[in-house]
Amino acid sequence: MGDAAPQALESRPAVEGERDSRVALSPAAVRLLRTLWDIHGPLMFHQSGGCCDGSSPMCYPTGDFRSGDADVLLGVFDLDDDAGSRLGELEFWMSREQFEYWRHTHLTVDVVDGRGSGFSVEAPEGKRFLIRSRLMG
Amino acid sequence: MTVYANPGTDGSLLSFDSRYDHYIGGEWTPPAKGRYFENITPVTGQVFCEIARGTAEDIEAALDAAHAAAPAWGKTSPAERAAVLLRIAERMEENLERLAVAESWDNGKAVRETLGADLPLAVDHLRYYAGAIRAQEGRLSQIDEDTVAYHFHEPLGVVGQIIPWNFPLLMAIWKLAPALAGGNAVVLKPAEQTPASIMVLMQLVGDLLPAGVLNVVNGFGAEAGKPLASNKRISKIAFTGETTTGRLIMQYASENLIPITLELGGKSPNIFFEDVMAQDDAYWDKAQEGFTMFALNQGEVCTCPSRALIQESIADDFLDAVVERTKRIKQGNPLDTETMMGAQASNDQLEKIMSYLDIGRQEGAEVLTGGGRLELEGDLAGGYYVQPTIFRGGNSMRVFQEEIFGPVVSVATFGDYAEAMGIANDTLYGLGAGVWSRDGNVAYRAGREIQAGRVWVNNYHSYPAHAAFGGYKSSGFGRETHLMMLDHYQQTKNLLVSYSEDAQGFF
Repeated sequence: MGDAAPQALESRPAVEGERDSRVALSPAAVRLLRTLWDIHGPLMFHQSGGCCDGSSPMCYPTGDFRSGDADVLLGVFDLDDDAGSRLGELEFWMSREQFEYWRHTHLTVDVVDGRGSGFSVEAPEGKRFLIRSRLMG
Repeated sequence: MTVYANPGTDGSLLSFDSRYDHYIGGEWTPPAKGRYFENITPVTGQVFCEIARGTAEDIEAALDAAHAAAPAWGKTSPAERAAVLLRIAERMEENLERLAVAESWDNGKAVRETLGADLPLAVDHLRYYAGAIRAQEGRLSQIDEDTVAYHFHEPLGVVGQIIPWNFPLLMAIWKLAPALAGGNAVVLKPAEQTPASIMVLMQLVGDLLPAGVLNVVNGFGAEAGKPLASNKRISKIAFTGETTTGRLIMQYASENLIPITLELGGKSPNIFFEDVMAQDDAYWDKAQEGFTMFALNQGEVCTCPSRALIQESIADDFLDAVVERTKRIKQGNPLDTETMMGAQASNDQLEKIMSYLDIGRQEGAEVLTGGGRLELEGDLAGGYYVQPTIFRGGNSMRVFQEEIFGPVVSVATFGDYAEAMGIANDTLYGLGAGVWSRDGNVAYRAGREIQAGRVWVNNYHSYPAHAAFGGYKSSGFGRETHLMMLDHYQQTKNLLVSYSEDAQGFF
């Protein structure tokens, strides 16, 4: 378990009217995202639902997946590289209807060893992003 | 009782090759970039072969082969195509045990199921579509006395198919059989979690198909799936998986203006009305098994009955019985025919299930049995095993709303019929559902009211050919395992013919 809580990178809240972060990145997720950013350029997440690799966060080059009015932006991360230089913003999206069932939980994107999922870009690295959840206060 | 030897060991029915290339144009073709990835068996967590790591170049080569083969294949008679499907079915049947062991080793599932369900169903679906294409007729309409509209079925041409990892061979056949029967050439991308058993199948049956009619390219979704799904040279894409990838594939399809079929899973309710316990008889026994079906295929089924809704008046007694039934599930070596539940398909799947067991507890769901990883000994210690788990809680909890894709069922109770329907339909998905009652009227009304494409009444997890399978709501669209899937793999050509010598009179 890449347990995340103490040093997790919290997002800037993006849901209207909210002040608390509802999504975070574990240190392992930040490290993997830096590697992936090098390879693919700017990235985004869209949280999936449904079967097989559903309920997993999918990571795509920004713009590859078109989010729209059917989606909610849960938070925005300011991602830096290892040396502390700014890489850019990384958005975390979820479908609006799914958010209605998930909104009482805080999400932390973590990393486990894995063998691929959908078109998410981390699979070739032998890694898989995974959501860990806790109830929001 | 039989315990099959591990592949590659003494007495085993098969040895996997150390490495599998793509199957393109009837040839085993190394990946253009020369890269391979390691394939793990979930049974032990050990690497057992290498698989070609496909890229856009390999997809293009496969599309070249498919486009070269499609015109001639599309012009074969239905009888010829049916004969090919029947020959594939026969060869699979002759090698059924071998394929069943290969499938268990690649996926982790119990060989009891691959022997008894996955492979026999795959064989039967091939035979079904062989019959369906022979029996298919075009239609004609007489518009007026001298004008006739003829409707012909024509193949789409070259289609792309992306297959999930939970039933690697059966899902491949579900998609291949109607596509090939309809006269299409196919480029198929297996799941990267389970890329090997399909290559064993291609070694067995590749010679039965004209070169290029069926091409298999392995690789990761981002590297091989995307260049296939977004390709302008396919006439249709079929996908089984989850919603975000489903949307992405739909976006690509919208750019290319091609049709798609999607099967995106569900959170299927399995509803038990109080009269199921009215007598202690065979039906009550069957109903208990119906509840326990959440453990079939380790719960890695799009229609896993992962929400059990039980009428309050019987809930405690019902749960006592099904907890006992669930505790009797035998876990262990998937290649032992006595084993009822095997390994989860991958480490990330195991981790995901663990994360849901955690949030379920946090939300206050009560664990009635199971609730953790199962540690086995010896070779199996490195495998991905989970205890069958029953949660009791409420429908708003996340374990009731998300497809865990593991052996986990969440139980809620209902007071009356209306409440049962309310809970059943309070989900984003609508793929499967189960209704259990001795009262045919109640079962019928519930079956019609539940918003799902497949409602099992007094049974569950049966997948016969000739019963349509597909989703409502966010579960996707298209109907598989039925001749109506042929419509999704064929064009309609309308020939509008005038048999009149008279001008229409406009000019």
